[in-house]
Amino acid sequence: MLYFSKFKSISILLICLFGAIFAFPNLLSQNTINNLPKIMPQKQINLGLDLRGGSHLLVEVQSSVRASERMDDLYDEIRIELRRNKILLSDIAQTNNQIKITLSDDSFKGNLIDIIESLSQNVRGQFGTGQLANELEIVEQIDGSILVSMTEEALSDLLRRSVDQSIEIIRRRIDELGTKEPTIQRQGESRILIQVPGLDDPNRLKDLLGTTAKMTFHLIDTFYDGGNVSRSSMKLQHAENESTYVVERRSIIGGENLVDAQPGFDSQTNQPIVNFRFDGQGSRKFGKITTDNVGKLFAIVLDNEVISAPIINEPILGGSGMISGSFTVQEANDLAILLRAGALPAPLIILEERTVGPGLGADSIKSGQIASILGLAFVLIYMFASYGRFGIYSNISLLINLSLIVAILSILQATLTLPGIAGIILTIGMAVDANVLIFERIREEISNNKSVINAIDNGYKRARTTILDANITTFIAAIILFQLGSGPIKGFSITLAIGIITSVFTAFTLTRFFVALWIKRSNPKEINI
Amino acid sequence: MKPFKLIKLDTSINFLSKTKLFVSLSLIFIIASIFLLFSRGLNFGIDFNGGTLIEVQKISGNADVSEMRARLGQLDLGNIQLQEFGKKTDLLVRVEQLSEEEGAQQAIISKISEVVEVDYEIRRIEVVGPKVSAELIKKGIIAVISAVISVLIYIWFRFEWQFGIGAIFALVHDIIITIGVFSLLQLEFNLSIIAALLTIVGYSLNDTVVIYDRIREELRKYKKMPIMELINQALNLTLSRTLMTSITTLLALISLYLFGGEVIKGFTFAMIWGVLIGTYSSIFIASPILIGLNIKRDWSKNNAE
Repeated sequence: MLYFSKFKSISILLICLFGAIFAFPNLLSQNTINNLPKIMPQKQINLGLDLRGGSHLLVEVQSSVRASERMDDLYDEIRIELRRNKILLSDIAQTNNQIKITLSDDSFKGNLIDIIESLSQNVRGQFGTGQLANELEIVEQIDGSILVSMTEEALSDLLRRSVDQSIEIIRRRIDELGTKEPTIQRQGESRILIQVPGLDDPNRLKDLLGTTAKMTFHLIDTFYDGGNVSRSSMKLQHAENESTYVVERRSIIGGENLVDAQPGFDSQTNQPIVNFRFDGQGSRKFGKITTDNVGKLFAIVLDNEVISAPIINEPILGGSGMISGSFTVQEANDLAILLRAGALPAPLIILEERTVGPGLGADSIKSGQIASILGLAFVLIYMFASYGRFGIYSNISLLINLSLIVAILSILQATLTLPGIAGIILTIGMAVDANVLIFERIREEISNNKSVINAIDNGYKRARTTILDANITTFIAAIILFQLGSGPIKGFSITLAIGIITSVFTAFTLTRFFVALWIKRSNPKEINI
Repeated sequence: MKPFKLIKLDTSINFLSKTKLFVSLSLIFIIASIFLLFSRGLNFGIDFNGGTLIEVQKISGNADVSEMRARLGQLDLGNIQLQEFGKKTDLLVRVEQLSEEEGAQQAIISKISEVVEVDYEIRRIEVVGPKVSAELIKKGIIAVISAVISVLIYIWFRFEWQFGIGAIFALVHDIIITIGVFSLLQLEFNLSIIAALLTIVGYSLNDTVVIYDRIREELRKYKKMPIMELINQALNLTLSRTLMTSITTLLALISLYLFGGEVIKGFTFAMIWGVLIGTYSSIFIASPILIGLNIKRDWSKNNAE
């Protein structure tokens, strides 16, 4: 146990050196690191949101909204097609994402099914098969009616596409906020995890995510006389005040034709506004409609609320215009961001939020530091008092252990959270366990009148299996914790697991190496342990 | 300098003489914990119950709980809990989840921020909706059970089934009594407490395994020694180590409890308690059980190492 080959000795020293080199950047400020030669490692530990402040949001994409939109469209399309083919309807009803159709004359049922099949689009089939599947499921009922609904494949394809698009739009919106290193990940089938560090105003982020930002332009229904709203129109609320508008259901142009939107100021009133520009197709469409409707009102609608309803004073041919709601500067700014980034395919709902302000984060780092330093000091003193020279070896190993943990965390770019710091402190306490096992064993062997070398040799040998057993069980617990993994807890399990691995090395191999060096040099006849 | 020895090498305490007393004591604690769990229940945090938690800090001067209560009371948000949090300037606001509708709590946050942000800084916001809290409960239970089972398998594989039973009994003992303490003191039970429970599982087992290893070693060495005497000897030989490790771990944990900040206090409390009960159970529960389970005496052909 006390013999180390040259190769082994060099490996041990290299591991320690590795720890020192890769842990070192964490002692420096970011500025100093930027000035370091490129050959030096520069990675620092990645601090979790609970330490540096930031927002963790778990959102769900409400793709069911899109499914029912699709059914709405289909409902209209089926009616139009039936009318065109002169097939008489007895009844058509839409409930719960199903359309139930009853014909007056059942002999046309074949034609109806053909029509529905022609409206059905191809969707991606089961994941990975590369096959196409039908979008619509058509079921003939016993009473002669026909039920149309979306197939499983269509729904999951819709969900998949909605989540993909949402991730893209969210990324664009957050990038516009100018924050660094956001994490945007798909979680499960319908969820997206968003982590944004260092935000001053987390509410602004949530506002940006909570807005679908579907912008459309509608003409005001000029035939509306204050009575019932006709089928082709709809009544909308103004976003800022109590007034309502009756607008044509069909939009004349939508946000998908926008190429740019920028915040600005109205040259006359000096109010904040948003300037926008359409693409070529949009410009032509907008030009034609404004030419045809000079003197009339039109409404700019955002997520089913009217944000502005100006009069068309003259044809707008250049393809650009402005929205002047009663915005604050930030509102104008955010609306421009939303319009530039594009609309979300479906609304997002926040399922879970964990936001930590920068103040609390800084306080947590400070208290984590104090607790670690004190905990470490207590353990170092106690080990020295208990085992003298051997205690010093164990203490040096413990410090090297810490530098290894820091080095590995930096290289893996694992996230250090407050519970992660707790994991490190716990490792400090438990890492010495292996040494305690060994040293107690050596004491025992000495009291059995074994020679120094024999006692030490036996101590390490006998403690080895116990150390492995004891650490493997804790390691199992750490792995299960990692699986449970929600943010901070994951951080705890990572540091715990890394700490177990490094502490077996430092407590078992490294202290043995120190002891071997000492014995070789001074060949003691008795030891004080 | 002469190193200081916590336990003298020739210490010989008869741990097993009081086995009946300790086992019945533990049984009483377990029954009491289960009773508490059903009568008083646990003070579930928002992780498991859903709801909103907001930590605020008065920008200048001390926070005023009753004034804040009045301020928030006007918002008509249902049951709001308010408490000082660590420092005189800090308050913790908890709002129960009122509806099953996802996302409804965001409206609550904006209402609260509006009235609070005048003279307080918002330091932390946590919101857990109904779906996520239900999932976290499930995940938590699965995690604890799978930890216990995988550890059982490991011990079985490394030792004998009797040792597995003994270790699991001690683990379940530790977990139930820890949960009982949380119920008794009505401390907040959240995700980080589950993490603490799993760490306690690891720690308590660590202790038990060290003692079991020693018992197995003694079994190989002394084939004729009465089992009681043998286990007692193993306990005495490992006692110094058991206490040393508990003390170093406690030293680290206590400094974390005192200086690590309010946010992880519950977690460290559970850990400190876990170290104490884990140490107790390895000595007084896990080891005596082996006597009752009739462990194998002849280990000469077994090469478990």
